[in-house]
Amino acid sequence: MKLEQGVLYSKSHEWVKEEGGTFVIGLTDYAQSELGDLVFVNLPEEGDEITVGESFADVESVKAVSDVYAPVSGVVSEINEELLDAPERINESPYEAWFVKVKDVSDKEELLSAKEYEAFVESEKE
Amino acid sequence: MGSYVPNTKEEQKAMLAEIGFSSMDDLFIHIPDEVKVKGVLDLPEGMSELEVRRRMQQMAAKNTVFPIVFRGAGAYRHFIPAIVKSVTSKENLMTAYTPYQAEISQGILQSIYEYQTMICDLTGMDASNASVYDGASAAAEGVAMCRERKRKKAFISATVPPYVLETVRTYCFGNEMELEVIPEAGGVTDLSWLDAHIDAQTACVYIQHPNYYGNLEDAAKAGEIAHGAGARYIMGVNPISLGVLKTPREYGADVAVGEGQPLGLPLGFGGPYLGFMTCVEGMTRKLPGRIVGETKDSKGRTGYVLTLQAREQHIRREKASSNICSNQALCALGVGVYLAAMGRDGIQKAARQCMSKAHYMAAELDAIGYKTLNKAEFFHEFVTSPKVPADRVLEALEKEGILGGYPLADGNMLWCCTERNAKEDIDRVVRILKEVQ
Amino acid sequence: MLIFEKSRPGRGMDMLPACDVPEVEPAEKDRRKMELHLPEMSENDLSRHYTELAKKSHGVNDGFYPLGSCTMKYNPKINNDMADLPGFTEVHPLQPEHTVQGCLEVIKTAEEYLCEITRMDRMTMQPAAGSHGEFTGLLLIKAYHESRGDKKRTKIIVPDSAHGTNPASAAMAGYSVVSVPSGPDGCVDIGKLKEAAGDDIAGLMLTNPNTVGLFDKNILEITEIIHSCGGVNYYDGANLNAVMGTVRPGDMGFDVIHMNLHKTFSTPHGGGGPGSGPVGCKDFLVPFLPSVLVDGKERLSFARPEESIGEMKSFYGNFLVVVRALAYMLTLGREGIREASQNAVLNANYMMYKLKDLYTMAYDEVCMHEFVMSLEDLKKKTGVAATDVAKGLLDNGIHPPTMYFPLIVKEALMAEPTETESKETLDKAIEVFRRLYHEAEEDAQRLHDAPTATPVSRLDEVGAARHPVLRYHFEA
Repeated sequence: MKLEQGVLYSKSHEWVKEEGGTFVIGLTDYAQSELGDLVFVNLPEEGDEITVGESFADVESVKAVSDVYAPVSGVVSEINEELLDAPERINESPYEAWFVKVKDVSDKEELLSAKEYEAFVESEKE
Repeated sequence: MGSYVPNTKEEQKAMLAEIGFSSMDDLFIHIPDEVKVKGVLDLPEGMSELEVRRRMQQMAAKNTVFPIVFRGAGAYRHFIPAIVKSVTSKENLMTAYTPYQAEISQGILQSIYEYQTMICDLTGMDASNASVYDGASAAAEGVAMCRERKRKKAFISATVPPYVLETVRTYCFGNEMELEVIPEAGGVTDLSWLDAHIDAQTACVYIQHPNYYGNLEDAAKAGEIAHGAGARYIMGVNPISLGVLKTPREYGADVAVGEGQPLGLPLGFGGPYLGFMTCVEGMTRKLPGRIVGETKDSKGRTGYVLTLQAREQHIRREKASSNICSNQALCALGVGVYLAAMGRDGIQKAARQCMSKAHYMAAELDAIGYKTLNKAEFFHEFVTSPKVPADRVLEALEKEGILGGYPLADGNMLWCCTERNAKEDIDRVVRILKEVQ
Repeated sequence: MLIFEKSRPGRGMDMLPACDVPEVEPAEKDRRKMELHLPEMSENDLSRHYTELAKKSHGVNDGFYPLGSCTMKYNPKINNDMADLPGFTEVHPLQPEHTVQGCLEVIKTAEEYLCEITRMDRMTMQPAAGSHGEFTGLLLIKAYHESRGDKKRTKIIVPDSAHGTNPASAAMAGYSVVSVPSGPDGCVDIGKLKEAAGDDIAGLMLTNPNTVGLFDKNILEITEIIHSCGGVNYYDGANLNAVMGTVRPGDMGFDVIHMNLHKTFSTPHGGGGPGSGPVGCKDFLVPFLPSVLVDGKERLSFARPEESIGEMKSFYGNFLVVVRALAYMLTLGREGIREASQNAVLNANYMMYKLKDLYTMAYDEVCMHEFVMSLEDLKKKTGVAATDVAKGLLDNGIHPPTMYFPLIVKEALMAEPTETESKETLDKAIEVFRRLYHEAEEDAQRLHDAPTATPVSRLDEVGAARHPVLRYHFEA
């Protein structure tokens, strides 16, 4: 399981990076490896409001579809359109393949550090 | 009593004993008595094959098979090449399930891939699914696939076939889309009304072409109005007409659907038929139902699989946009064989003959006082005014083995010609009608 | 090779005579400009093309097909013969009633028999498939509640073991879905069901026997819980082949049901359709049934229920499929129908019994017409997954059981042998299943590489979905 420095993690396996008030969100390496080869991603639209703990996107593998949950509440300011054509980027480099950027963040869940997330994943495996 | 259970009573007993049961009833002993059937069902005794054949033939004999048919209104008697039946009777294809196990289903998958290609070619659209139940449910699914979070209203023309309108209405009762019917003006869709009423909540506009009365709509204009409001444009089309008429793609449609029955499927008292569904490139993932795609096997050989499955109910469950599981695969196979057997020239010829014969008949009837009410151009159906009440006309024709036009609620009659209607049959109808008082 | 690659310009058959009336063309603005590329080929080449495709397909006629929850029983030939009678195929759906009395008799007789088998009061033949039937049934429930001004019922309860179609149908009918977990025995968790039941529940969707092949003994309690909160019980007839003549959904407290004529009543699946999914209901729902019903004794006629939900599709359903199902019911009769179900259950239990020392059964008790194996242990031990065993079966001429369903069982293989298989066929299949198990232990790689005896090996589904190629592109 690869971890990335400088990002925080949610218990539903998203990573979050703050860049000057804007929050960038993606799926962790652990999540992508559990989901297997991804073939499509459904993203919200720019301007959509997302809410902590609620699904804002989903990812499809050949035989499954999984929700991606919002670790923060706010307004989507940008989506990564590249993923629509090349969902395999999520498998290849999960920490570069961001999903959305969120501004006007009003709420966020308690996020984990890399170390805490690693321990959380281990505990979940048991 | 007929039975398809191979094991004899003795063999059944032996099997039961081997797995620790004393009798058949013993096998069901865990089912509570309160819900068990007491005694036997109130059904007749089973029959031998010869008796079944007799009984079914007796029922079939109670139907009138009209040698000559001038009725369409949603189901059309076209010529069907002999090879269609020969192929759709092949047991490996007929008795297979949905091709989940692609390695042993390449024949079915390839036939669907070819069907998808032919339907795209015919309609000019980019992508086709593997088919749905029929034209009316295809229309309803087409409307549903255009729904967006902020657009939940659909406009449908009053000139679509009644079954299409009613089916779309039922589906909208389910998914709670708002449905507005665009009124008719002079046998075609009132596009100025549409222009005045369409709004930013509109998901789609649905037009039938040719419409229920056979008329050609101003289909390009309807598309412009839909697109002007940011809505999708859906056309319901008659596939045979596409041999000569502009394709939905050329009229600007985003989604094109239709009843596939004219393409080699028998009338069959209404089914099974097939609904085809196509769309432009960007909407492919919104198409409901099965879709077959090309791929490679582990040794690099070309093969076919069901693809984009994560759209579907068995994966997406309550988040799927449609619950459809099946396609009309055997009908799609028949359609593919029909289109290949007729070929490019055959389809164009059939379309031209449908149109030409309808125009000949309309003119002949018009000349004897059954005025053609179509003001617009029409394809292979047209409406006449009632010189003599419809029931008397139809009765006179029925005596001669002819199924006449379809009597509409307003007393007018909707006629249809296909390539199967010979000139002499048309002339006969005209002769009979001349005499009906 | 695709049919388009076999096409040659100028080839083809002449199917139609010359036009015998003056030719008419559409006006310029409505004339097709796009090129048409339909195949041009001789009938011999065309016929061989499809013969080749048939050879690359596997139907019930080709071999054992124990595909769980799909009831792949033998499709009797007499049924097809009857559906080919011109008295049925050449009849226009909008012919006057007095010219279609035979068709009406088919519909009426089929309705009567199916109502007796399921203990329902009336039935519509209009739905074209099981999923279409589910949608229809849920709209009946919706119309019923609305007719009483009861607008607060927005939810449908579906057990977590249900087929994906159930929640999808509920969503199509505008309902949100409440998923109720199954207990350790695979049956509905009564406590959880009671918690979910309330005055916002429109109804429950359930199949019994359930999707793990077990008969839920608490069924009367379950349906009573729903009734007492004002909900309606919907029976998914997918598994009716287990209980015909023994148990009737109407006696279990169900109010509305769909059947799959292409499963239980032996009509061919056609490679994915056409099927037929009649919907039956109790009297209180009859006024809402879609389209028309057949009434009358001597002279039959169509009548529309007064508060009908409308049309689900054109005309009267997949009529020629109903013809096949009726021929089947006439053949079997009251004894044969029960016998069919009994033997379906016997065959499933026989097969389960002979495999359970090797394969782990998800629920090791008397099953109904199908049983579920979990290959989780085998996978842990050998790396061989349910898919691998399934692919190994392909090399042995056996269609695999349903894979990875129900979702509540890991590495599931769900087998439904049906009643139309002989003991020898079962014994041979059992032997193959056992051999594959040992193969997994001894030479796992062989199963990972399977199938090798099929026209193609495993296909790249990921590539197909990532970069979809959904049609052949003609050269410009």
